[in-house]
Amino acid sequence: MSISRRRVRAIYRKELREYRRNRSIVAGMAILPLIFLLQPLITVFSLSASAASQLAGRHELLYLLAIPALVPATIAAFSVVGERQQGTLEPVLTTPVRREEFLLGKALACFVPSVAISYAVYVFFLACVEIFGQPAVTSALVRGPDLLAQLIFTPLLAGWSIWVGVAISTRASEVRVAQQLSLLANLPSVAVTTLIAFNVIHATLVVAIGAAVVLLVLNRLGWRLTSTMFDRERLITGTR
Amino acid sequence: MIHLIMWLIRKLRRTTSPAETPDAASGRDEPAAGGQGERLVTSGLVTTVAASVANRSAPAISVRGLSKRFGDRVAFQDVSFEIGYGEVFGFLGPNGAGKTTTVRTLSTLIAPTSGSATVAGIPLAPENGVEIRRRISVMPESPGLYLRLSVAENLDCFADLYEAADPGDRIDRALRAVNLADRARDACGSLSKGLRQRVALARALLSDPEVLFLDEPTAGLDPVAARDVHELIDELRRGGVTIFLTTHRLEEAERLCDRVAILNTTLRMIGRPDDLREQMFAKTLTVRTLAPLPDPGRVFDGLPAVDGWQADGTAAYVLAVSDPVVAAPATTRALVQASADVLSIGESRHSLEDVYLELVNEDAEVRRK
Repeated sequence: MSISRRRVRAIYRKELREYRRNRSIVAGMAILPLIFLLQPLITVFSLSASAASQLAGRHELLYLLAIPALVPATIAAFSVVGERQQGTLEPVLTTPVRREEFLLGKALACFVPSVAISYAVYVFFLACVEIFGQPAVTSALVRGPDLLAQLIFTPLLAGWSIWVGVAISTRASEVRVAQQLSLLANLPSVAVTTLIAFNVIHATLVVAIGAAVVLLVLNRLGWRLTSTMFDRERLITGTR
Repeated sequence: MIHLIMWLIRKLRRTTSPAETPDAASGRDEPAAGGQGERLVTSGLVTTVAASVANRSAPAISVRGLSKRFGDRVAFQDVSFEIGYGEVFGFLGPNGAGKTTTVRTLSTLIAPTSGSATVAGIPLAPENGVEIRRRISVMPESPGLYLRLSVAENLDCFADLYEAADPGDRIDRALRAVNLADRARDACGSLSKGLRQRVALARALLSDPEVLFLDEPTAGLDPVAARDVHELIDELRRGGVTIFLTTHRLEEAERLCDRVAILNTTLRMIGRPDDLREQMFAKTLTVRTLAPLPDPGRVFDGLPAVDGWQADGTAAYVLAVSDPVVAAPATTRALVQASADVLSIGESRHSLEDVYLELVNEDAEVRRK
């Protein structure tokens, strides 16, 4: 099976145009990062230089990985069932677009802004730490391995979150239900990153590599499994 | 995810390349659309200029014993028909008769329960879905437009989905064909229902289809816009496009369609509108006179091609005839010989609506019993 880039791009561009003109999506994408930015910022500003040693075992930066896990969840959950409810799915499915192309376009349209927002939030946070944080707090907080983990796990977590959301969207009958289920399904990822951030799960190189491999496999499987779950007949007629 | 990232990198590279062409963007990883014949577009409409004779000799759509069930519910059953290339085929039936499900089945959206079909010469099978959808276009009953996007953006998305060559030009011509060239930048959400319908029609024309499925194309249109759509259908027919027209407007079907089929879960009748009328109703002549004839039996009995007669009111007579062309002059002469003051002699024409209502009422009667 060959994938047509042009058709994937058609779906991707259409989705981005719709996002830009939909205030609720823009607001949803903005609110979650702000919520997850708050706690680390309070930590940075409230800690004195003498208390910086408290951060020694923690990976405060990794707490922000909740952003790529949750930001794309709601828009991915909207992607298929939303089109179905709007009545726009049928015309698209009568074109030569394959389900894999359709889903890839949808996933990319969730992936690109989510990862961009996540990285933008990290940059903003690091700038705040550098400018306003005590030097001791800054050096305890900003560590090379944490930054690397941040860089690598952001797209992996976003990808996993997207495929879970899209998979739910192909089977849900209502947008709201799909979004709630998608958020619920992504809570375990957030729980794991939070437990690592607070050093409940001890972060080692082996744990990091293992988690990265698992997420890579899940992302690869996600596309295939979601494509298998995508049933034109069920989506159009609501039966089967 | 690696695939996603690699794809993204390639995409970013491509979008920064000024030399990109629609053909290059298509990636050439699939066969070109519409492989059965070369086509060109004139004044926004499709014109088939050369087509494979071998392919064109086969029907555009051939359906054999097709059925679709949803659990215990039968959507349509044992439907068989053939549609030739360039034919406008009307598909009529009451609500719930299975018309839309038939269109969805033939456009590969849903799978039949049993039976077989070919669409644009390709067997209807899951593995042929993409190939069939390349050659057809569907305008569903509901326009299904992205309301936040402009008219041009909606069409742009679909032109890319069909991998249309020179999409900008194709969009312009499709918009001109439905008289919407000046609304290209308007958001679809700001358009009236009728205008949205026209955008949906423009979208269906983008792919230069061999077979065009139109589900209620004039629903919600004012008479002038509906006439424009009728003219468009006529032009598409002249261009060799096969049109499968689902409609509730029987006068529309009568005016546009070469043949019609009446579906009420099963296929009740199929043929040219004139043939259906002949099958359903006896041919009659209606004679009106100024005063009642003193002895109508003496005038009408034994006339050539007149099989019988009956009075219809005080000064009107309905004659059952086998051939109106023979019966009408003979009747006129007989009336003149009888010194009758003739007001009119006319062939009673039953409309397609009469045929349709007769069949649907028959079915309702059977179900009641």
